[in-house]
Order: sequence, then structure tokens, then C-alpha cells
Amino acid sequence: MIRFNRVFKAFPKGSLALKDVSFHVAKSEFAFLTGHSGAGKSTVLRLIYADELPTSGTVRVSGFSTANLKRREIPKLRRRLGIVFQDFRLLEDRTAEENVAFALEVTGTRRSVIAPKVMRVLAQVGLAAKAQAYPRELSGGEQQRVAIARALVNDPLVLLADEPTGNLDERATRGVFQLLRDINATGTAVILATHDLDLVRQAPYRTIELQDGALVYDSAEEDERHEGVASQ
Amino acid sequence: MRLTIREALLSFRRAPVLSVLAVTTIAFALFVLGLFGLVAVNLRGALTQIEERVEIVMYLTRGTPVEVVTVAIGDIDAFPEVESVNYVTEDQALERARQQLVEFQGVFDDLATNPLPASLEIHLKPGFRDSRNARTVAQRLSGFRFAEDIRYGSDWVAKLDRLRDIAGVVGLVLGAGFAAAALIIIGTTIRMTVLARRREIHIMRLVGATDGFIRRPFLLDGALKGALGGAFAIALNYGAFLAVSRGLFQAAFFSTEQSALFVLFGTILGFAASALSVGRHLPSA
Ligand SMILES: Nc1ncnc2c1ncn2[C@@H]1O[C@H](COP(=O)(O)OP(=O)(O)OP(=O)(O)O)[C@@H](O)[C@H]1O
Ligand SMILES: [Mg+2]
Repeated sequence: MIRFNRVFKAFPKGSLALKDVSFHVAKSEFAFLTGHSGAGKSTVLRLIYADELPTSGTVRVSGFSTANLKRREIPKLRRRLGIVFQDFRLLEDRTAEENVAFALEVTGTRRSVIAPKVMRVLAQVGLAAKAQAYPRELSGGEQQRVAIARALVNDPLVLLADEPTGNLDERATRGVFQLLRDINATGTAVILATHDLDLVRQAPYRTIELQDGALVYDSAEEDERHEGVASQ
Repeated sequence: MRLTIREALLSFRRAPVLSVLAVTTIAFALFVLGLFGLVAVNLRGALTQIEERVEIVMYLTRGTPVEVVTVAIGDIDAFPEVESVNYVTEDQALERARQQLVEFQGVFDDLATNPLPASLEIHLKPGFRDSRNARTVAQRLSGFRFAEDIRYGSDWVAKLDRLRDIAGVVGLVLGAGFAAAALIIIGTTIRMTVLARRREIHIMRLVGATDGFIRRPFLLDGALKGALGGAFAIALNYGAFLAVSRGLFQAAFFSTEQSALFVLFGTILGFAASALSVGRHLPSA
């Protein structure tokens, strides 16, 4: 469903952020994307949601391909994705409920279906009781749950999470991670970029590791990769 | 749609000074345009009145026999440009002078002989009442042997014509200047709003809002400001019109349709300004 084929990414003033990266993530899969700071994790995610285009190679996401992606197709692509970040990116002047509803309003959803959908996802992330709270009245973990609810409300095929627990303490981290696992259990694929190795060890999921822009480990092709790395 | 309207209205609260400035400049642009428009409208009114009175007066040589004049009247009446010919005898001319120049009554009574010549007053048909046709007819009239002198109001008409043209051009130039200022100010307002709403715009993009959707509030905002500016311009023009009507002379104001056109024009101006600047500022947001 998400396929990177020999992707290189160079930024205007910088070295190669991604070097010959190829991998495939299937429907309903849960994949960790790990690597040191600057390894290229965020860049991989940004290529998936077409915030950037590859310098060479192709990125395919659910029927869209960067080889022939038109600018006006990007919104359609993004409606199939849910995206969350380390810094939550909520609107401070809106309640939890309004923040989630915002994602539906701006994608032209009929008003009558917005309220029930919003309540459903808020309940799913365990925040039904705090629907009326503003972000500043919520803990970091709760804010991240609102952000996840917003990402889920359009029923995405994949949830992209860029360091979602980076600002959270251990307890909140566990809670958010468990939430992502629950979401994955309902059939939504999850790609979780993190450098928190404790998190990675907690679950037996697919792990893709980047190092200086190169894919150095993919648990799905563990044996092959090991040989490749060993021979370097 | 609700979201679009809410966002558009919010911009007034987010940048009140710039919003007021934008509306005011649009208002001034259209006010100036309107002021000269009013001048043009009133000049045109005055011109039609004057044009209706355009007549060519041919003074006849003293002692021209009535029969000759009658034949000439028949000829002149047959000119394609001519509506009517009126024969004013020497006596009638004196009588008119007496009535019109009451102060000099005594002077006329003392006259032994009548110094006023007889004349033919020639009215032109509508459509021929301009300086060019008046001149053509006058030239033809000068062919009559008994034509002593021929007068027509060509100078007046030509001058008023030119005045109207100048008023139109000055109004357009000044109006365009203000319109350009309005364009710049609306552009600045939009840049500010884009900056203030960068977070929202960013999130809209992430969740898959289309460019058109993101743009709409800005366009509506601009159109709204333009419409407001147009309405203000009409109010200002009406004020100017009242002042002139009370103090100077009875002037004419725009018709309802013309006033509506102002608001429409303002709306288009505001919309265009937004469209231009949102295209430049949004991609970088
Ligand atoms: N817009 C950009 N312009 C130039 N260079 C960039 C840009 N974005 C990323 N880079 C570079 O690309 C490389 C990979 O960055 P990326 O953000 O993907 O790393 P990361 O793995 O997400 O790191 P972190 O764990 O710190 O978030 C870095 O060297 C970074 O400096
Ligand atoms: Mg990153």
C-alpha cells in the first residue's frame, strides 16, 4: 500500500537526506521507523504525505504515485492518511471537539455527520469526557489523543506518527502507544517514527531503521539485510 | 460555507486597522471615480439642454423682400439636418428686445428707426445638434446672398464636450490610482491574515483541504471589503451631491442602477485584489 522504490531525497542546501531507500508497508501493518536524529525518519513521512517529492525514485501511496502526482490530487491523497506529530499541532482557540471537527469541516463533510463522528473518535481515544476542554486545559498525553482523534476522524488507511511520544512522560507514552496498537487492531496501518528504542522493544512489530538517510535494517528482510550490512 | 463566512468576518477582528484602511481606500477610489462620474453625468445633462437650444441664427440684409425670404425658408426647411425655421421680422426683433431688456425701455421708445435686423432662427433635428453639423449648415447658409451674419453656439458646445472628456479622464486616472492603493493594502491585509492563520492553514493542508477551500475565505473577505467600500463611496458621493445641490445648483445624482454598479465594481475590485495576493502568499504558508 505504501511503497518506496529506490528513493533519493536531496534538499536544496544539504547533503542527501535519503539514499536509495526501498521498502513496502502493507495494509493493516504496524511498522516502526527508527534511527538517530537526522537519519531521515521525518523525511520518509513527508514523502508519504507528499509534503515533499523524491529527488529520484518513486513513492506510491494507495493508488497515488509521485511519478504522476498532480498538485490538486494531494488533498485527496491526504484524506486517506492521518498524521500526528510530536508537538500535537492543535488549534489553541478551539476545544478538543472543535479541533477534531475542523478536519471534517475543511474537507467538506456534511454538518449532520460531523458531530456523531467527532464523538465517536473522541470516545475511541478515551477523551469523550473532555470534549469541551481547550488544549491548554489538557495534559500532553491528552492533547496527543486529541491529535490522534483528529487524524482518525477521516477514517484513514494509514496513521503516520512522527515521534508522537517525544514530548510525553513514560506513563503517557505507554498510553499513547497502546492507543496506536488498538487503532492498528481495527485495521488501520500505523507507521510510527521514533528513536525511543524502549518503545520498539515493547512490541514485536516490523522495524525499519535508517542511518544517515540509508535504510540499514528492515526486520521484514532481516536475513538479506544482515548480509548486506555485514559485507560493508 | 459557514466556516468560510466565519473566517472572512474574523479578518476584520484580526486586523481591524488594515481592514478599515482597505475599505476606506476602496471607498476613496470609487468616491473619486464617482465624483468625476457625477461631473460627467451633470455635464451631459447640461449639454443636452444646451444642445436642445442649439440654433443657428442668420441675420438678414436690411430690406430683403419677404418673398425672397419665404422661398429661402422653404429651401432651408428641406435641409436634412433642419427641424424648423422661424422667421423673426425686424419689428418682432424690436418687440423681443423691449420685453427682454426692460431696463432700456426708454431707449427703444426714443428710436426713430429700428436698428435691429430681421433673422431666421434655425433649429436642428436631434442627432444633428452638435458643433460639426451646426458648422456644416452654417456654411451652407452663408451661400444665401442676403445672409448678413450667421451665428451658432459651436464654441460652447465644443468646450463643454471637452470638459466632459477631461472630467472623465481625470476621474479614471485618480480612481485608478486609489484602486492601485486599495490593491496593495488588501494584499498586505491578506499577507497578515495568512501569517496569523498559518497554523490553521498548515493543519487544513495536512488533513486534506483543497487549495480552493483554503482560498475561499480570503476571496470572500476581499469581496466583502470591496462591497463595503463601494457602499461608502456612494454615501460620500451622495454627501458631495447634497452639498453641491444645496449650495450651488440643482445637480443630478446617479440612478439606482448606477449606484448598484458602484457596489458591484467595489466587490469585483476587492475580489480581484484578494485573488491576486492570495495566489502569491498562500503557497509559502
Ligand atoms: N527542509 C529541509 N531543508 C534542508 N535540509 C533538510 C530539510 N529537512 C530535513 N533536512 C535534512 O535532512 C536530514 C534528515 O532529516 P529528518 O528530519 O528526516 O531527520 P529525522 O530522522 O526525522 O530526525 P529527528 O529524529 O531529529 O526528527 C537532516 O540532515 C536534515 O538536516
Ligand atoms: Mg524528525
